Amino acid sequence: MTSVVVSSPYVAPGNSLKRLMIQVIIALVPGTLAYAWFFGPGVIVNIVLAIIFALTFEAGILKLRAKPIMPHLTDFSAVVAAWLFALCLPMHAPWWLVLTGIGFAMVAGKHLYGGLGFNPFNPAMVGYVVLLISFPREMTTWYLPGSVSGETLSLAESLAYSFGSADIDQWDALSSATPLDQVKTGVGQSIPISEIRQSPLFGDYAGRGWEWIAFWWFVGGVYMLATKTIRWHIPASLLAAVMTLSLIFYLVDPEVYPSPLFHLLSGAVVIGAFFIATDPVSAATTNLGRIYYGLMIGCLIYVIRAWGGYPDGIAFAVLLANMCVPLIDYYTQPRVYGEE
Amino acid sequence: MAKLHHFHGGLQLEGHKAESVSQPLRQASLPERLILPLRQHIGDYNKPLVEIGNRVLKGEVIAATSSLICAAVHAPTSGIVSAIGNYPVPHPSGQADRCIVIDVDGEDEATRADVIDPRQLSAEEMIQRICRAGIVGLGGAAFPTSPKISRGKAQGVDTLIINGVECEPYITCDDMLMRSDAAEVIRGCGYLQQILSPQTTLIAIEDNKPEAIAAITRALGENPLANTEIITIPTIYPSGGEKQLIQILTGKEIPHGQLAFDIGLLCHNVGTCAAITRALEQDQALISRIVTCTGNNLVQPSNWEVRLGTPISHLIELAGGYQDKDDAYLVMGGPMMGFALSSDTLPIVKASNCIMVMREETIPHSPGYHDECIRCGKCTEVCPAQLLPQQLYWHARAKAYERTQEFNLFDCIECGCCSAVCPSQIPLVQYYRAAKSEIRAAHKALFKSDRARARFEFREKRLLLKKQQDEERRRLKREALKLKQVKSADAEAAPDPVQAALERVKERKAVQEENR
Repeated sequence: MTSVVVSSPYVAPGNSLKRLMIQVIIALVPGTLAYAWFFGPGVIVNIVLAIIFALTFEAGILKLRAKPIMPHLTDFSAVVAAWLFALCLPMHAPWWLVLTGIGFAMVAGKHLYGGLGFNPFNPAMVGYVVLLISFPREMTTWYLPGSVSGETLSLAESLAYSFGSADIDQWDALSSATPLDQVKTGVGQSIPISEIRQSPLFGDYAGRGWEWIAFWWFVGGVYMLATKTIRWHIPASLLAAVMTLSLIFYLVDPEVYPSPLFHLLSGAVVIGAFFIATDPVSAATTNLGRIYYGLMIGCLIYVIRAWGGYPDGIAFAVLLANMCVPLIDYYTQPRVYGEE
Repeated sequence: MAKLHHFHGGLQLEGHKAESVSQPLRQASLPERLILPLRQHIGDYNKPLVEIGNRVLKGEVIAATSSLICAAVHAPTSGIVSAIGNYPVPHPSGQADRCIVIDVDGEDEATRADVIDPRQLSAEEMIQRICRAGIVGLGGAAFPTSPKISRGKAQGVDTLIINGVECEPYITCDDMLMRSDAAEVIRGCGYLQQILSPQTTLIAIEDNKPEAIAAITRALGENPLANTEIITIPTIYPSGGEKQLIQILTGKEIPHGQLAFDIGLLCHNVGTCAAITRALEQDQALISRIVTCTGNNLVQPSNWEVRLGTPISHLIELAGGYQDKDDAYLVMGGPMMGFALSSDTLPIVKASNCIMVMREETIPHSPGYHDECIRCGKCTEVCPAQLLPQQLYWHARAKAYERTQEFNLFDCIECGCCSAVCPSQIPLVQYYRAAKSEIRAAHKALFKSDRARARFEFREKRLLLKKQQDEERRRLKREALKLKQVKSADAEAAPDPVQAALERVKERKAVQEENR
């Protein structure tokens, strides 16, 4: 006989946190594979390391907080955060860099605020920004795509690099700035963009390799939209803001301001629009609020890229917008049924 | 056909209706004992009109009150009143309530019906007869029907809406009623038109009930009513909610704080229409209702016309019994808005549209651990009241009740859509119900303390006044005493009062002379 009295509804839940996170992970796969295809398996090493560290940190802090461990570890939210964090790192990062970043993300960015659901800032971005500020050299050592340098590091070499057993200078010839870096430095030195783009780093529209990775992030994003894992408001408004601002300035002076397509396909705009800005916990929750939130991030990305101190600005843009979320949510409450 | 509109959100749910419509609607047998709660409706309590030991007849009023928002309780069959006291009743609180218990004698002897052709009656007489029959809305909310009609009549009704939507999964009692007694529904609809004279009447049925639509169409063809249209609406939960149905049919929203008749609309359930027909044509009180008995732990899901007060166990037996009694989980109402019952000894009441006999393992939300809200906003997408359920949850959990009211907690219709889609599987509606009852309790307490304070202050004032009056009286007494003493002293000094008076007159005259 009815032993526990539970409140309705009594229908089987059609959705779960785990399912949602698995959808995100599935959507991350094509872009990640493209990344590894162009830049070697280093990114996979980073992802695996970040996931292991993230789960370890999460388990430890859950134990300290006397919370159930397995249900939280298996909701895969830490896996998603670690994966996104690892994608922000240079393709070859020493293990301690991964550890520091993801440790800060999990402990300070997530659990000190109360764990999943309570963090006002996107944990992956918190970890990334801490590293960017603390370890600028390591965080800006990027490598040429294999199609340019003629070789990529093998898995063994990547592992050797990660764990410091390899002579780092050995691969100096492969290191390079990212296309965004190149543009920023070039424009700073008054080199016209048409000239900067002669570099072998550049492909048809943006950075060689990067433009294809961006395409596959886009495919993953469409998959998440199709499975209703995310809604269209944030990615659409974010991309629209980046495109509009870059188009305006491109029309003003195409030799100083790169084309909208270059902005769209370079750096982390697409992955940021679909995967990072859409983190529901730290994003706005009303539909109108999400549009403002996306627009704000898009504008900030462009401002930081065009006039700020960093070549790319997703992380700072997202964190700044995170701060505005309570305000945005408060002022964008939808009209309730029956109200004028 | 009029253009249909949409309401915000909603869900497409698995119907689970086929299980219980495979069997025809049947009359449930009489149990040995009927337990009739004194209050089976929204509104004031009835007072018992019978005593223990009385023999009552079928249709006899056994509890009533003169209050406006109330519906009388009638004896569903003949028998002896064996007890009046507190028994567990089907209510979300699980608490016991006042009930009259009738030991059924099996004769089913009825009171003499006062049958008059309803077409001869005036609107007021018809409303009075509906009131006398103790009819309440049979869609599940159990609001007394006659005050609703008379208020609608007073304010004027443009559009009468007959609700045959039945959007909740598992429930099929309205579907079965429309299939088996469509003519009764249509005639009831006609009587409502006679009372209210609306410009249009819309009979709304969800498109997952083709048999019911066909039956109602046939019945309307045989008994045509003026300006009456049958409207098939898409199957989406909760389109049978009054506000949602009005929005679908008219595109109008009931303004905040108002009711349907404030914008010239009135909604009645098809079951209520049939009950009105019986009350007006046969002078029959509401002593039975159609109940769907269904669920995945029941042998034969089916619909039954059940006398009110019948223990649920009796109904379950009629429906073939439990598959596994030890694992049974009972719910009254549908899976989205119903509530769990603690036992099968509870009686069927006017609001019992469905009894779900479920396996406990299929009941999803167990109290205790659930994931945290990740603010994904899926609840916002499905909320038919266009609320922000996750914000409500946030504030309800923090017991920030004022904030929940800022986010319009009381506009929540508790449809359960938000809980059903929540990826963290948070029992959101449970939090809202708790917050609402806390707020209501606080209001009640505030009302009580305000009244107590007012009484206290009045008493203080009264005491103060009394004290002042007493003092005044004492002062007067003292003065009077003093005066007396002075007078007596004077009297000693001037022993001849006549002389004194004469002297006073002389003095006055002298003064008058001077003034001249």
